[in-house]
Amino acid sequence: MSISIFETLKSLWVGNKAADRIVPPSGFTVGLTLFSAAAMAFLAVFALAVALASGRLAQSWGDDLARASTLRISAPDGQQDVQTEAALRILSQTEGVSSARALDDDEVQALLEPWFGPDLPADKLTIPRLIEITQDGRGFDAQGLRLRLQAEVPGAVLDDHASWRTPLVKAATRLRVFGWFSILLISLTIASIVTLAANAALAANAQIIAVLRLVGATDSYIATAFIRRFTLRSLVGASLGTAAGFIAVMLMPSNAEAGAFLTGLGFKGWHWLVPILVPVLTACVAFIATYVASRRVLRRLA
Amino acid sequence: MQLRQKQHRSGKAGRAVIEFNDVAYGYSGDAILENISLEIAPGSFHFLTGPSGAGKTTFLKLCYAALTPTRGDLRVFGGHIHPSNRTAIAMIRRRIGVVHQDCQFLDHLPVEDNIALPLSVSGQSVADQSENLFELMNWVGLSGRIGALPPELSGGERQRAALARAVIMSPEVILADEPTGNVDWEMSQRLLRLLIELNKMGKTILIATHDMALIRAAKAEVQARVLRISNRTLHAAGADL
Ligand SMILES: Nc1ncnc2c1ncn2[C@@H]1O[C@H](COP(=O)(O)OP(=O)(O)OP(=O)(O)O)[C@@H](O)[C@H]1O
Ligand SMILES: [Mg+2]
Repeated sequence: MSISIFETLKSLWVGNKAADRIVPPSGFTVGLTLFSAAAMAFLAVFALAVALASGRLAQSWGDDLARASTLRISAPDGQQDVQTEAALRILSQTEGVSSARALDDDEVQALLEPWFGPDLPADKLTIPRLIEITQDGRGFDAQGLRLRLQAEVPGAVLDDHASWRTPLVKAATRLRVFGWFSILLISLTIASIVTLAANAALAANAQIIAVLRLVGATDSYIATAFIRRFTLRSLVGASLGTAAGFIAVMLMPSNAEAGAFLTGLGFKGWHWLVPILVPVLTACVAFIATYVASRRVLRRLA
Repeated sequence: MQLRQKQHRSGKAGRAVIEFNDVAYGYSGDAILENISLEIAPGSFHFLTGPSGAGKTTFLKLCYAALTPTRGDLRVFGGHIHPSNRTAIAMIRRRIGVVHQDCQFLDHLPVEDNIALPLSVSGQSVADQSENLFELMNWVGLSGRIGALPPELSGGERQRAALARAVIMSPEVILADEPTGNVDWEMSQRLLRLLIELNKMGKTILIATHDMALIRAAKAEVQARVLRISNRTLHAAGADL
């Protein structure tokens, strides 16, 4: 049997009113396919939002993780400046550190403000000095640096952010995998639904297929009538579902502080274009599923 | 009436359009047809008779590749038919118009669309041939039934629609299974005249029928060969008519 896939694709665009009418309007499969495609597309948009947002977070958290570390120096008053000097010297000799800069009092106060309010009497408290360390690409050996600091700068505590950011980055990475896996499952589900619907429609129309064959219809012609119907229907359903999902994601509050995952769940920049692929891919999946189903059913009915 | 004349396919002139060579067919158990050998020459006119259940419909189904012989050699338009080659079978059916005993319509399409079905499935524009279509419907007396669905037609109307559908492609061969089973004498004469006219245009005609009066009427006008199926095989009949 020879159902030419190119002929079929061509007729999808060109259309054929007569061919559309030879398959009787088959009530419930129409509604089911339309609804399923819409629901799956809606879910796919969310899965995409999760996958893309968590990918983004994993990326930026990972970047922060790699780049910035802080060295905190809490020493008795007279010692602070001496120890800071010593720490900066050690850091400048440490491999993997591209720059180290002591934050001045105003910067430190700004950092503390969210916790203690603006009226912090900085001059009356012993506020630790903070040194911001920027790594170069290779990164530094945190453990080695700690040992050296312990010996020479007793008041220094190295906070390389890794301890609390690593699990977050891991979770975001995992979430991104789940997101893409969900999209795969959604695609397979819509393929299954369309296959079932197409099988049902083909089987219900066995008599019509027999008549068409008697008057000289090729299997290509018959299959195309069904493929066209299910592909277009899935395209319409998925477009509706995508539009709904798109609006829902757009309505998510996006008061995004860096790292705020829930409010960051949305599309950014060119990612807004990605959901447009959902109806197109749904139509492709429906096309392939109906193509395969009609090949099989028509061979069986031969 | 003027049916669209199609150029007769050249190169096969003189050769049989359908050729049975010791063909047998059985549905599942015993053979229904055996030792069938027959050449149907292009442009010939054949009648096929025999008692009910003898295998006339089965014989016609072999001719248009709805069935495949269980034994023997069958050629249609000079070639063998492989049942798995659906495209080749579809192409054969565009060259053979069939009036089925049970008519076989698409019940959701109006009668004129059913008659035009062979055109639409072969990718031809029905609009271009609407004149031909309405002339044909007029000829079979169905112009008053435009828009009716097949289930709304009488048995005779369905049969006339089936004949119109069989000839609309102007096929080389026309097989008719009891085409006059449900129509009155006058209408059966009109249908016969249509078939005779088609035969004079060079079409090959094979009609399965019980209607001896129809055969006699035809023999007065054309050179028709009468075949009879009995005892599972094909006999030439003629003297007894
Ligand atoms: N699909 C089938 N499966 C099994 N047996 C069948 C099938 N179709 C027909 N038969 C049997 O084959 C025999 C020949 O049937 P066929 O329809 O060819 O007869 P016919 O000569 O056309 O009869 P009628 O004049 O009543 O139309 C019959 O005994 C019939 O019961
Ligand atoms: Mg019969």
